[in-house]
Amino acid sequence: MAHGEIWTLKEFFVTPNEYIYWSIQIVMYPFMTGVVAGAFVLSSLYHVFGIRQLKEIARFALVFSLALLPVAMMPLQMHLQQPMRGIEIFITPHFTSAIAAFGIVFTVYFAIVASEIWFVYRKFIVETALALREKANRTMAEKLWHLTYSVLTLGSYDISEKAIHQDERAVKILATVGIPVACFLHGYAGFIFGSVKANALWMTPLMPVIFIMSAIVSGIALSMLTYIVVMEIRRFIAARRRTAHEAFQSIEEIRGTEVNVVRITSKYLLFFLIFAISLELLDLIFRGYTALKTWDILRRVIYGKDFFDIFILQYGIGNLVPFILFVIPGLTIRRTVVGVILVLFGVFMMRWNVVIGGQSFSLTYSGFMHYVMPIIPHDMETFNEGLFGALLVMITPFVLFWGLNKVFPAFREI
Amino acid sequence: MMKRRDFLRYSAKGVAGLALPISAIEIVSPGEIFADRESGTRWVFLVDTYKCTGCGLCVKACKLENEVPYEANVTRTWVERYVMTKEGKVWADTPKGARDGFTTNKIDLGEGRFQDVKNEEIQKAFFVPKLCNQCEYPPCVQVCPVGATYQAADGVVLVDRQWCIGCGYCIMACPYGVRFFHPVYKVAEKCNFCYHRINKGLKPACVQACPFGARMIGNIKDPNDPVSKVIRTGRVGVIKDEYGTMPQVYYLGLSREVV
Repeated sequence: MAHGEIWTLKEFFVTPNEYIYWSIQIVMYPFMTGVVAGAFVLSSLYHVFGIRQLKEIARFALVFSLALLPVAMMPLQMHLQQPMRGIEIFITPHFTSAIAAFGIVFTVYFAIVASEIWFVYRKFIVETALALREKANRTMAEKLWHLTYSVLTLGSYDISEKAIHQDERAVKILATVGIPVACFLHGYAGFIFGSVKANALWMTPLMPVIFIMSAIVSGIALSMLTYIVVMEIRRFIAARRRTAHEAFQSIEEIRGTEVNVVRITSKYLLFFLIFAISLELLDLIFRGYTALKTWDILRRVIYGKDFFDIFILQYGIGNLVPFILFVIPGLTIRRTVVGVILVLFGVFMMRWNVVIGGQSFSLTYSGFMHYVMPIIPHDMETFNEGLFGALLVMITPFVLFWGLNKVFPAFREI
Repeated sequence: MMKRRDFLRYSAKGVAGLALPISAIEIVSPGEIFADRESGTRWVFLVDTYKCTGCGLCVKACKLENEVPYEANVTRTWVERYVMTKEGKVWADTPKGARDGFTTNKIDLGEGRFQDVKNEEIQKAFFVPKLCNQCEYPPCVQVCPVGATYQAADGVVLVDRQWCIGCGYCIMACPYGVRFFHPVYKVAEKCNFCYHRINKGLKPACVQACPFGARMIGNIKDPNDPVSKVIRTGRVGVIKDEYGTMPQVYYLGLSREVV
């Protein structure tokens, strides 16, 4: 059976080789990359622009973006027909291809995030390493922790005021450089689609910008959601133990901080959301107004076949409803949770409607293809390009974050 | 002992000092060197749609010659049928790429549905064979992230089965839908004018199999080549030239309905 045949339904005049070749994993790729870039931009708002209210969420967002980074690569790897050859993108990049830049952009971005985290946590790393070194009768676990933190110091134990000040400067510089790189990482994911001239839906110079804006929206939303979940767990634990968490005076303070951070962050979310929607609508209006040869088939996809996915799920439930939820004064935690989940859903649907929507019409302009996502996998292909492959990609960053958080505590005062 | 600061400083200087002479070295790809040897051949294809009857022998021959699994619903070449009614409606189909020809008058609408068009309603109808256009500016080559697909000096676009990672970007980039994943090799696959045959002086399998001479191959650089003569002096068309790819499969009798 030809690749793609199992999940593609063809209708009317479609040429023999056309299938939905880019399926759910390629929806996940820009979605996850977008979340990475967004989380980093959120953390930079504090480090670069000195928005102090975001201090709490900024450090968490930074560690979270490191946990998300390997996952941005995962869906690409999983959808390759020859996964063992994926490394070729790094060894023989063919630079006229938009994908070839991936190796370089990704490595640079990884270096920036990793070194920024190192500078942010350097004092903590040194203090922990020294504390463990001085401890007599270390257990096996403590020995391992000692080794880990000693290696992480990279031989630099200087935590004088001057050195710490230099660290702060380095963080600021890295965060500043990181913003354009994060935007580039994701903008170029948009370029991968926007530059495909054969695809009438994808080809627009607005694509990279639309991708960046919705990326920031999704990154902020996921950071907010994870932040709320963690804070609620702490509150719950604090309430059960009837004692305050180490970093906070009381249970009420946990709530107070949480609400405060969430309200400020939601304002930034709203700002980028408006930007993203405006650009998407501009693109849609422009296509309709200029009405090129391809508009006829696009119109039938956008207003017909994909109407529910685009206007109800993406714009309605994913954009309009959360917009209203955030605009109503007196934002509560519960309302925020509903809002950010819907925002994340909206961004996911936007990726879906671009990637799958772009393949839902034939090159003949008079046929349609419909993607039926494999649910129960019966071989590697239907796992990779089905529901469970996508879920694996969704879960991985949280597992990675759980591990990273042990080394770089994202919430404790350091 | 050298201080860390000094070590970093010297390293930076060393790297900067080395970078300057290295930047003078030009990186030349093997392709560029081979391209310099001016090739006397530029393969082109000519399809005479007036002669095509939609028998599908070309598709059958292609599948067997190039070991594209016979039952798999992918093919390097295919034939499209266009039926225009007096009311101005355009129907088109290509059941199984016309591997078995067009055995019924009914138009295949996919998913087991068919459209009956009565003979007296038909204004005109014809067949159009399709294959890789071996573009002068191939977008598939442009987008390949690892350089696994490339254009030979004689214009034919080839795929390196040992190097293709199977990302599918080339399939997305082709405006003609000629690319697909080979069901056995799991890499990008496409028509290459039967490169193994034309280099031995043989004709591509589809050209040889066509009983009506609707398919022809030639060398556009050779002024005495009969195909070259038709393309130079006759009135020929190409498909989807708006993408700037400069397709090299020329058609006689191309109608405006063909996409």
